[in-house]
This record gives sequence, C-alpha cells and structure tokens, in this order.
Amino acid sequence: MRYVLNRLGFFVLSLWAAITINFILPRMMPGNPADAMFAKFQGRLTPAALDAMKKAYGIGQSTLWQQYIDYLHGLFTFNWGLSFMQYPTPVSDMIQGSLPWTIGLVGISTLLSVFIGTALGVYISWNRKGFLDNTLPVVSMIFQAMPYFWIALLFVFVFGFKLGWFPMAHGYDPSVTPGFNATYINSILYHSFLPAITLLLGSLSGWIIGMRNNMMYTLGEDYVSFAEAKGVKTSRLMFSYAARNAILPQLTSFAIAIGNVVSGSILTEQVFSYPGIGNQLTSAVQSQDYPMIQASFLLIAVAVLVANLIVDLLYSRLDPRIRTGGTV
Amino acid sequence: MNAEITTSTQNSEKSQGYLMRFFKIFIPFFSSGKSTTGFILFLIFLIIAILAPLIAPYSPSAAVYDPNLPPTAGHWFGTTNTGQDLFSQFIYGARNSMIVGFGAGILSTIIGLIFGVIGGYRGGLTDSILGFITNIFLVMPGLALLIVIEAYLKASTPFINGLIIALTGWAWGARVFRSQTMTLAGRDFIAAAKMSGKSPLRIMVTEICPNMMNIIAGNIMFATLGAILAESGLAFLGFEDINSTSWGTMLYWASQNAALLRGAWWWFVPPGLGIGLVGLSLVLMNFAMDQITNPRLKAQKRRNNRGRKAARS
Repeated sequence: MRYVLNRLGFFVLSLWAAITINFILPRMMPGNPADAMFAKFQGRLTPAALDAMKKAYGIGQSTLWQQYIDYLHGLFTFNWGLSFMQYPTPVSDMIQGSLPWTIGLVGISTLLSVFIGTALGVYISWNRKGFLDNTLPVVSMIFQAMPYFWIALLFVFVFGFKLGWFPMAHGYDPSVTPGFNATYINSILYHSFLPAITLLLGSLSGWIIGMRNNMMYTLGEDYVSFAEAKGVKTSRLMFSYAARNAILPQLTSFAIAIGNVVSGSILTEQVFSYPGIGNQLTSAVQSQDYPMIQASFLLIAVAVLVANLIVDLLYSRLDPRIRTGGTV
Repeated sequence: MNAEITTSTQNSEKSQGYLMRFFKIFIPFFSSGKSTTGFILFLIFLIIAILAPLIAPYSPSAAVYDPNLPPTAGHWFGTTNTGQDLFSQFIYGARNSMIVGFGAGILSTIIGLIFGVIGGYRGGLTDSILGFITNIFLVMPGLALLIVIEAYLKASTPFINGLIIALTGWAWGARVFRSQTMTLAGRDFIAAAKMSGKSPLRIMVTEICPNMMNIIAGNIMFATLGAILAESGLAFLGFEDINSTSWGTMLYWASQNAALLRGAWWWFVPPGLGIGLVGLSLVLMNFAMDQITNPRLKAQKRRNNRGRKAARS
C-alpha cells in the first residue's frame, strides 16, 4: 500500500512538473514569443480572442502567480484556448481528433514489441550459441542505432513507392467515409502497417537484449539449477521458473522505452503524414500555434506519465516483495 | 655517469609503462569481432570528421553545380535540386554530427554524474530531491520536450541543439551512477578514505568516479548515440537552422524536395546510413564493454560452454 501511495504521489508530482514546465517555458525564453505572435495575428483575430490570448500569455496582466492560477484553472476546465492555425477551432477539439491515432499506433506497437521482444529474449537465452543468438542481437543492434524516421523513409520508398504494397501517407484512405464499418477499419489497419512496423523494429532490440541479459542472471540462480536437477520440464523451467523473475527488471525500464517510442512516433508520424498528435505538435511548432503546442506537449507528457503509472502499479501486483515493503 | 644512466632508463621505463597503460585501455576493443568492427568503424568516421575539409571535394553549401544529378564520377552522391554536392555535404555532416553527439554525450554524462554520485553518496534528503528531479527528467518524453523548447528558441544551430539535448537527456545516466555509487559507498576503501580525513567531494571525485570508469564510458557512448539520433531527428523536422550542414538537415531537404517521390535514393540513403553506422559503432563498442566488464554475463557463457559443474567450482 505504501508503494502504491508512493507511486501515486510521484505521478501527481511529475504531472505538476510537466504542467509547470509547460507554463514556464514560454515565459522563460529570450524574445517574448507572445509579442511576435500578436504582431502576426493582430488583424486576423477578434478582440475577444486577442484578450483570451493575452490572458493566456500574461500580457498586461498582474503577477506571475495570478497567471499561473488562471492557467491551471483553464487547464482543468478543458479550456485550452483556440488554435491559431485553424482559428477558431478549440485546441481541445483538434487534440480529440488526433489523440486516438497516436494512442492506437504507439499502444499496439509497444505491446507487440514487449511481447515479441521478451519471447525472443527468453528463447535466445535458452538456446545460447544458436543461430538466432548469434544473429538476433546484432540485427537488433543495427536497428537500435538507426534513426526511426530514416527507417520509415526507407519503408515508404521501398514498400510504398517502389513496390506499391502499402500507402505512402495518411491514416486512412480519403475516399472512405469514416465510420464503424469494415472498409474504414481495414483502411486504417492497412495504412498503419508501415508506421507500426517502424516503431516495432525500432523498439524491439531493447526488449530482446534486456530480457536475454535478465534471463542469464536468473538462470544462474540456485533455485533454477535445483529445479533442473529435480528434473523439471524444460518449458516449465524456462517460463514458470526463470522468465517469471527475469521479466520484472524489464518493467522498470519501461519508462525509458515508452519515452523512446513516443519520440519515434513523433518522427514517424511526420514521415507518414499520420494524423496523430506528434504530427499535430510538429505542424503547430512550424506555424507557431502556441496554444496547440502547449496542449499537445502536455497531452504527450500526460500519456507517458499515465503509462508509467500503470506499469508501476502492475509491477507491485507482479512482485509481492514490493507490496510488503521490501527494497524498491 | 652511472646515476644519469639509471635515471634515464628509469624514465624511459616509466614512460613506456604509461604508454602501455594508455594502450591497454584499447585492448578490450580488440577482444571480439564485434568490438573490433565497432572500433574501426568509429575510427573511420572520426577521421572523416577531423579531415572533412581535406576529404570533401567541394564546398558543402555552394549551389553552383548541375542540379538533380544522380551519382556520377564528379559527384559521388549526386547533387541536390539547387546544385549542391551531396558527397561534400555528407562529409561535413559527419563532422557536425560527431561534434554535437560527443559534446552532448559527454556533457550529459557530467550532469548525470553530478546528480547520481552526489545523490547516491549523500543519501537522505539530498538524495530524495536529486532523485526526484532525475525521475522527472526520466519520464518526460524527450523529443516532445526538445521540440517545445525549439518552438520558443526558433532555428537554433546544431550546437545549441546539442546543449539542449544534454540538458534534458542526462537522467538515465544519473540513475545508473546513483545505484553504482550506493554500492561503492559501502565498501571498505571508502570507509578508509573517510577515516583519512578526505572531504566528501574529494572522495566522490578521486575514489568513487575512477571506480566506475567502465560505466561512465558506457554511458558516454549511450548518451552520444541518443544525442546523434535526437539531433538528426530535430533537424529532420526542420527545427534547426536549415542552412546548417548536418545529416539531419540533409534528410530535411530531401524530404522537403520530395526526393522519395522522384526516386532520388542517393539523397536520403547516405545521411541515414551515416547516422546508423556511427550509432552502430557506438552500440557495438558498448556491447563489447558490457561483456567484458560484466562478469556475470561472462560466467554464464563459460557455464554453457563447459557444462554446468565448471561454473560452480
């Protein structure tokens, strides 16, 4: 229980940190971005919108503290301001449209990557000196060293442009009307295949190598040797004895992994013109759409933090030592 | 006369000793095929980066040649749509990527050392505060944070990008250093150093840091790889001075000018391959160092090679 409270506390504090970074950054930077922005949008926005923007950026406003309170208030009432780029669409609407794409893409490829990577790691740790053990770490290392977006570019070029097997861009076929029907879902799956494979290949190596090394620690433990001496079946020894314990340290590196996949996803979405939140963030920065930048960064950060919280809580379920107050 | 001879021989022996010790650092890199490949690959790119002005046949930014050339004898990697020589851009790009990568890698390792070693050695409240800051930076999505910072900085140079990457990407190293410091802090030699009246700062710098040199070196490689990838990603998205010469900027221009749709593979393949090969050399060297400095991985290898009983004894 103490552990769960501890993790929840950390989640709340890190959430606060993300929110505060988002608040402080624009105010800390040299050359007030708000001024540049106002010059740009002077003629195009209604006075009310300008006022709202001034409020959001604290122009002609009272103290920093007051701005902070207003900012927090707006945040929790989902009043995130209006987009400059597609004025006057509220930022929250645009986010709503793009968030499911990214969560779907990143979520599914991360889950697949964890499962496939862990399984392969178990397999090659057991069959040491086998063909896969010699080649797989090297192949995965190559993928680890490659930039995600370049692999994505190559995939677009080879499978999209040269071979024409997969579409080169977008989340679904524009000629298909969105809706809950088979054609639309098929179109989504078809379009997401290449981006998902890119993310999968980029993140797989960490799980394989990590699991392989953990397995080797665990296989050296006395209880595994004892079970083997007792004549426990190989498959049982592998999964019920060794892998069960080896998988735990894997979870602690999840924070790093999910951060990497999200970063990769921002780049991959750009390559595929995928309608996700990463693409939204990039184009917002390019067109200096500050409300959009703030909102999309915050959502990406919150999504990563929530994913980490879930894994932390899962960890406490899987490892009873943590719940009973052992060392964390 | 005699005395002179002895001192001079002693000196030469001593310098030989230093030289030997210097070269001994590199011996691990030649212990396996993987690490040798990594090391040689790395040396090649290092030489390219250092000698860039000598190797590159043309100026990387001069737009004076025939545009849109495929690879020819005069232009090995072809030219851009404005007539810049891609091979020269590639060579100079190696220089920028290496400088930014290693600069950021070393800087972030230093920041990580400060947070990790002080936290791990001091413990208590100091550790809680430093650990909390570390964890915050660990869970923040790095590239998103970088992009947001770029949004307010606008068109920064590769070097400023490297600086920002280092300032945001040190957390993983700090965590590793912290746990290693905590193990070391309990050892006898640290207790002895404390007894002899060394100040905490001195203990951290002269006792703890030298004893985790392998981890520090590993972290520099890891952080450098991360920095090269992050920098190229930022440049690819266009969040870097687009007139600078780096591998990421080359990819940015390639995708801006639809090199993919025109089948101009010579434009976008070399820069990515360069990033990948430098990255691979770092990963290979790091992997080899892991195998060498992590005795348990080696013990397991022996166990499986010679049967289970051999390892027990």
